[in-house]
Amino acid sequence: MNYAFDFSAPLAYWPDLLAGAWTTLSLSLASTFFGFLVGVFCALANTGRSRWLARLAGVYIEVIRNTPLLVQVFIVYFGLASLGLQVGAFTAAIVALVVNVGAYTSEIVRAGIESIPKSQLEAAECMGLSRWQTLRHVVLPPAIERVYPALSSQYVLLMLASSICSQISAEELTAVANRIQSDTFRSVETYLIVAAAYLAMSLVMRGALWLVAMVAFPRRRRLGTPL
Amino acid sequence: MGFLNASHFQFLFNGLLWTVGLSLLAFAGGGLLGFAVALGSSYGPRWSRLAVSLYIKLIQGTPLLVLLPLAYFGLPSLGFDVAPLTAAALALSIYVSAYLGEIWRGCIESVPRTQAEAAECLALRWHQRVWHVILPQAVKIATPPTVGFMVQIVKNTSLASAIGFVELARAGQIINNSTFEPFVIFVIVAALYFALCYPLSVLSRRLERSFHVAHR
Repeated sequence: MNYAFDFSAPLAYWPDLLAGAWTTLSLSLASTFFGFLVGVFCALANTGRSRWLARLAGVYIEVIRNTPLLVQVFIVYFGLASLGLQVGAFTAAIVALVVNVGAYTSEIVRAGIESIPKSQLEAAECMGLSRWQTLRHVVLPPAIERVYPALSSQYVLLMLASSICSQISAEELTAVANRIQSDTFRSVETYLIVAAAYLAMSLVMRGALWLVAMVAFPRRRRLGTPL
Repeated sequence: MGFLNASHFQFLFNGLLWTVGLSLLAFAGGGLLGFAVALGSSYGPRWSRLAVSLYIKLIQGTPLLVLLPLAYFGLPSLGFDVAPLTAAALALSIYVSAYLGEIWRGCIESVPRTQAEAAECLALRWHQRVWHVILPQAVKIATPPTVGFMVQIVKNTSLASAIGFVELARAGQIINNSTFEPFVIFVIVAALYFALCYPLSVLSRRLERSFHVAHR
């Protein structure tokens, strides 16, 4: 155990590390945004009136949640290319991450929708709100506000999971780390630096998600209380 | 499917067996460590609570795909030679322990405080209270989420392919390297993972439901 740590060699690659971290963050933010939209849509489909739409959403959610993201990434990147649909590594990464996180978002949002008391829906009906208005003003805002902490955790996990895209030559932080490691042979130091960078990025993600909550849930901001 | 012959399927099946084996190893190792983590944060002295919460935060803030090469490339440079299986089992166990430990801590703390007080009134010693009163109830609460987390473990073993361990995902990659039919192969691989994980998901949900019915 007389190992001499030397962080200078991997740290000399700081521009690459920074670029990789930026790629990771942009992958994560794009996937979070589109994944949220997909997730809300699927949650509505899953709780809606149309039986076959609900079943379709259910199948999508189960398939995605019970297969590894790595294999999903491979199917999008290598599989679609072999079917004649060439996509770049970055695009494939975003598509796979959106499809993946959409399923998880959908499950979380569904739990939120189901936690809305029936009396709220009846009240909305009494006020003559249309189905769409009820969803838009009565159901979704409190539902999403209620499950927001779970959603935040899911999106931080997504940021960490984006490291899987290093396996399809998307140049994000982990891919950069693998290259530096094979250049410098300072594997312990390289991966420790990258682990620290991911920790820092988790904090950045959490901060960003908190800011979004502050803007999106004014009632919570005013009262300082959750619903 | 014509390009896949019996030996390909044999190879995939071997990969599947390694995926199951690695999952079991990770669950055993992560379970033992996680149990220590849960006890250390629920019943430990102040310093152990702090240490455990720091451990959980550190591991949960690091991708598994960084922990795996850290174990596989890092340990040899510190003077320990590890095989891919050892490195994968080690990294996965540590990763799993942080998540399971947190789940179990929550379960221990969700046992009503009155139970501990009642046990105290019966003059049970501290270890008897924990072992005979609190833990049995915590185990019951913990079963559904633990089974649910097994799905995560099985899926996470696929990342061991990144350090050259030939499990199901890596077996698919290797077959793809000679047959060049990625879509078909990876859909088959995904279906095999689904066959492993879906029963666990269903079981977890059933347990959850029966638990709720029992406690109405």
